[in-house]
Amino acid sequence: MTTTLTRPSPTPVPVRTSLDQRRHRPSAPATITLLLGALYCLLPVVWVVMASSKSAGELFSTFTFAPSTHLWDNIQELSTYRGGLYWRWMVNTVIYAGVGGGLSVLISAMAGYGLAKYQFVGKKAIFYVILAGVLVPGVVLAVPQYLLLAKVGLTNTYLSVLLPSLISPYGIYLSRIYAAAAVPDDVIEAARTDGAGELKTFLQIAVPMMKPGLVTVFLFQFVAIWNNFMLPYIMLGNDRLFPITVGLSGLLNQGASQPAMYTSVITGALLSIIPLAALFLTLQRYWQVDLAAGAVKA
Amino acid sequence: MRLHTSLRLAAVVAATALLATACSSGGGDETTDGSTGSGEKVELTFWTWAPGMEEVVDAWNAKNPNIHVTVNKQDGGDPAVTKLLTAIKAGSGAPDIFQTEYQKIPTLVSSDALADIADVLPDGTKDHFAAGTWEAVTLGSDAVYGVPQDSGPMEFYYRDDVFQQLGLQVPTTWEQYAEVAEQLHTADPTKYLGTFSATDAGWFTGLTQQAGASWWGIDGDAWSVEINSVQTLKVAQYWGDLVEKGVIDNKPMYTPEWNAALNDGTQVGWLSAIWAPGVLEGNAPDTAGKWKMAPMPQWDGDNATGNWGGSASSVTSQSKHAKEAAQFIAWMNSDQEAVNILVSAGGLYPADIPGQAEALANPPAFFSNQPDFYTLAGQIAQTVTPFTYGPNVNVAYSAYNDEFGKATEAKKASAFTDAVQAMQTATVDDLKSSGFTVKD
Repeated sequence: MTTTLTRPSPTPVPVRTSLDQRRHRPSAPATITLLLGALYCLLPVVWVVMASSKSAGELFSTFTFAPSTHLWDNIQELSTYRGGLYWRWMVNTVIYAGVGGGLSVLISAMAGYGLAKYQFVGKKAIFYVILAGVLVPGVVLAVPQYLLLAKVGLTNTYLSVLLPSLISPYGIYLSRIYAAAAVPDDVIEAARTDGAGELKTFLQIAVPMMKPGLVTVFLFQFVAIWNNFMLPYIMLGNDRLFPITVGLSGLLNQGASQPAMYTSVITGALLSIIPLAALFLTLQRYWQVDLAAGAVKA
Repeated sequence: MRLHTSLRLAAVVAATALLATACSSGGGDETTDGSTGSGEKVELTFWTWAPGMEEVVDAWNAKNPNIHVTVNKQDGGDPAVTKLLTAIKAGSGAPDIFQTEYQKIPTLVSSDALADIADVLPDGTKDHFAAGTWEAVTLGSDAVYGVPQDSGPMEFYYRDDVFQQLGLQVPTTWEQYAEVAEQLHTADPTKYLGTFSATDAGWFTGLTQQAGASWWGIDGDAWSVEINSVQTLKVAQYWGDLVEKGVIDNKPMYTPEWNAALNDGTQVGWLSAIWAPGVLEGNAPDTAGKWKMAPMPQWDGDNATGNWGGSASSVTSQSKHAKEAAQFIAWMNSDQEAVNILVSAGGLYPADIPGQAEALANPPAFFSNQPDFYTLAGQIAQTVTPFTYGPNVNVAYSAYNDEFGKATEAKKASAFTDAVQAMQTATVDDLKSSGFTVKD
């Protein structure tokens, strides 16, 4: 793995040193642009951290970015809401995103590999349909999916959220591109010559080669399901099956005659970011592998 | 060979799907379609968003082991209605019991979402409620589409400390309200006596109800729409003038900005309903003891008020256990023990009249400085004027949001009355295109 971190350079040595020198000189406009970008991305997060440390009375009365000392109280209040329902939502979200993301990767890998490496009738048509699927936002499909699942009596179950999350056109598309680039036909031929079956070739030869691409697909799908609102919102009536997004939305919308539970919602939002951040930090090393690296790398 | 491979792939996909089924079957799908045989345990689901419902349901479940109710909290108001209607159209997925706001009952009835429980309600349930409240769940027919739970007679809430500090009189007429608004804003330009919220159609409806408007009417099979009545236009003109003068704020309620204004005392008054103490306590807990409640300012000499909020509990048309569900909602909304819990845990104003005296003995904690809070509220509640809701309240309300959103931005009184006319047109057009007979 460490070898892949050094960027292979095709250019002769003298040229490379001059390139290196140029690379090490920081450019002021670029740095400022990046800093502004970072600020733009991080400010809302800072706001959530600060706001979640405030009591209900302080939330709207003290300076926006001034921290306070009530984070633990807020977490406790959130944890006692209806017998710790929030943590059940957290577990549900992990199930939806983890199982959904994992199975989606498997399906994307198989479909992508199949589309890239096999010849069969209708292959192009299938690929174009999937490509068109990339363009259709998932939100549009939520209601038709609800009506279909209602016909087979699956609404208001874990499956009703998991099943529609399994197929990710973008994941299949990415896997196809990645398999085509990362898995050389020669390697597959060699595996076949050595007597490996198709499934074995796929699982033991192709999947390891496709790993960086598959991690990308997993992260995309995991985050997409984690943040998904519309699908679970329509599918689920039982609040014990809710993911965090739908649950927190309910705390905000208790009708005009009830105060919105702002502090609990903000604290809940903060806690729900933590698993995502942890996942990115642990999986990002796979991303450092150059996406263009192929099977012939060291 | 190639075909063989793709078949195998398909088999793997199918196997994965099966695995997913196995993984998720442990889920808590709690809707039950079981039989209703006597002695068998009946499971009921209850969609609601009001707080305190778990406590009432727990009390019921403890006493009724054979009729078990499960609370499922939903997003309040319109989102819950949309979800229920989707489930009704899909043919499955609706709960047994649904919290219905009074203004949504005609919509839900015209979509066949609610069951008529007239035959299965316990005898005497009707006698617990005021005639006007009961009419809201019968729509003037022989059918019964729910049991009233709470109501929201409107009152005027104000910051007593600020009023005393600036030597302001509590307004009893709308004319005085306008004067006080101007005095206050002149004395301290950061402060407002109130705001005209373009996102709270129910609030505006209550204000026009007080003025004597009733936006819909039914005559036989024909609906009439009178949103652009003299009364509504009078209220719109009045608020448009205040906003145009700048003495009343034009920002919506229930925003972080509005919450901040409640906290820092720049919103000095709030025309709200009986459930206001809970909202104030949740959004501005540090202002406890500084607020007071008074009757609404009046148009003419006679006392009147409108209604904002309040719900009934209904049985949905998909419920297979309408009888048991009706038993539960009758108990929840008219039994003394249940009503006490509704007040103590839910902070609502019960529609059940016999239960009010005991349940409302003490003022809400946030208004402990006003010991006669509920005595006064009880007198005000009797002055709610009648109002009829039509089958497309959602259309009228969303037209309100659109049109008054523009009008409050424009800050012109003429834009306010134009907005009322636009609401009238949108509502009539929708009724006609939905196939209702509309009287001109």
